[in-house]
Amino acid sequence: MTALRGLLHKEWFHIRRDRRTAAVLIALPVVQVLLFGYAIRTDVDNVRLAIVDPAPTNTTLALRQRLTSAGVFRIVAVVPRIDDVDRLFQSGKAQQALVIDSRFTEDLGRGVPAQLLVITDATEPNSGALFQAYAEGVIQQWATSRAGPFGAANAVTIVPRVRVRFNPTRESSNLFVPGLMAFVLTIVAALMTAISLTREKETGTMEALLVSPLRPWEIIVGKVAPYLAVGFASVLLVLIEARLVFHVPFRGSVTLLLVESVLYVLVSLAFGILISARTSSQRIAMMGVFLTTLLPNILLSGFIFPLESMPAVLQWLSFVIPGRWFVAIARGIMLKGIGLEYLWRETLYIAGLATVLLVASIRSFHERLE
Amino acid sequence: MPPVIDARELTRRFGTFTAVDRISFDVTAGEVFGFLGANGAGKTTAIRMLIGLLQPSGGSAHVAGFDVATQAEQVKRSIGYMSQRFSLYEDLTPRENIRLYGGIYGLTLAQIRERTDAMLQRLGASQIADAPVARLPLGWRQKLALSVALVHEPRIVFLDEPTSGVDPITRRQFWELIYEAASRGTTVLVTTHYMDEAEYCDRISIMVAGRIAAIGAPADLKRDNGVETIDELFVQLARPSNPSSPSRPSSPEHP
Repeated sequence: MTALRGLLHKEWFHIRRDRRTAAVLIALPVVQVLLFGYAIRTDVDNVRLAIVDPAPTNTTLALRQRLTSAGVFRIVAVVPRIDDVDRLFQSGKAQQALVIDSRFTEDLGRGVPAQLLVITDATEPNSGALFQAYAEGVIQQWATSRAGPFGAANAVTIVPRVRVRFNPTRESSNLFVPGLMAFVLTIVAALMTAISLTREKETGTMEALLVSPLRPWEIIVGKVAPYLAVGFASVLLVLIEARLVFHVPFRGSVTLLLVESVLYVLVSLAFGILISARTSSQRIAMMGVFLTTLLPNILLSGFIFPLESMPAVLQWLSFVIPGRWFVAIARGIMLKGIGLEYLWRETLYIAGLATVLLVASIRSFHERLE
Repeated sequence: MPPVIDARELTRRFGTFTAVDRISFDVTAGEVFGFLGANGAGKTTAIRMLIGLLQPSGGSAHVAGFDVATQAEQVKRSIGYMSQRFSLYEDLTPRENIRLYGGIYGLTLAQIRERTDAMLQRLGASQIADAPVARLPLGWRQKLALSVALVHEPRIVFLDEPTSGVDPITRRQFWELIYEAASRGTTVLVTTHYMDEAEYCDRISIMVAGRIAAIGAPADLKRDNGVETIDELFVQLARPSNPSSPSRPSSPEHP
């Protein structure tokens, strides 16, 4: 056991000496949270709205007022003709336009269906659809409140009431923080393990370890445990930052989430070991981790891109991606506050995968001796 | 006294290629044994079998009385090893490297401290003990690497081309360290490219094409073959004088 302790001690020295790597390991999660939190937002907020109002009246002004008072829309231009809208869309000045018919007030007064046109820039389809739905909702509300108890009598209006659960304000930070944990754990566990193992191969020190009485599992534990600790620290950092800066809720059990994180870290570590067993240079190991571990876990885990809108083939493929299951678990625990009674299937999959991969990686280490 | 290294018909094949072909030799305790051969002659493969990194395909070998095929753990405990590739951690200081390897070989902290001081004193390296190894000149690093390979006082130490790329003065100092270890009873098996170093060994073997072409004390070998230097003998043996023996395919030195 003293041998193992020495090895752990040494790895800790590596992490401390190599200040650049250490800085990356600590700064990366912190910066990621800020980046994802502020840059990649799918929240409906501050939508740039253009108004086409050929014949402004008190009614149309009230409608405009209503839209801006929701705090979501910002009117960037009011133009008299619909032709002017194209220019605004092309320059990116407006993301959405509300075209009010010139006879709008008149028609409304006579009880004839009044015409409104909502045009949305759908270059980004997801946010486009959201803006559209939001605008429709606001107008609907305005119409209902205007009609009042008497006005509603001439039309049977069904007003759907919508309740958004678990993330009522639809904060995208609530969505990305659990995913970000998976991302950070993958980087620290898979990438750092693969790099630190191949570095020892490159420098020749791996041979010295293999010739020593250390057993393969001791070498693996000694190399990998420090990164497990760093990975864990990163997860805590992400959680604390998410809580303090973005007020992401934590409704479930912290212990359960940490246990699940360990399982996921084991999967990533095993990936790192397997990749390092098949490569002999740090550069190739890095590429290997990016292609086989990082990219699939980012793209196919539902971390940023919703799985539901992917082609069936990719959805099927996503079932083998460990990140998908971990993201589901982390979201379930943090946002829904659910426990193992709902998450046992996901947990079982990750635990099974961790076992299989760890056995395979220790075996690959044995084969290296041949 | 029984030999500390005893190889009998030791063989290693990679597919259809035979890297080490039925070699037999023994090394007695305290001997400095030189393992010579051209690149690809099979030296490294043979050593890797002796230190338990590679399973033999045939024959047998005992190191410190343990069978390398079945008792690799015990073999590893009894030996020290320094490869042609540098084996110290460059971002650690000499003191930390000694502590690491001492710990790996099961020394207590008190033993490590005591031996570190003794070793640094012997090398005259006390003033560089706390600088990262990466900043030290190559000669220093090689000497430190050898000392670290000896830190657990192994019965046998395997040195795989320890002096390649080192200047002549450092090489000489390095050999003084080897003699010192031998005088304390450590058996040394060393491979080298430098034929002048062969003269420093008690006995040498010259490997050609996976087989041992000559073995014995340098002086005896020179006399028996009627040559002036080991260099001459080496060239004579390595030259494919016998047209019936096919030229071997080029082989990886490190499989």
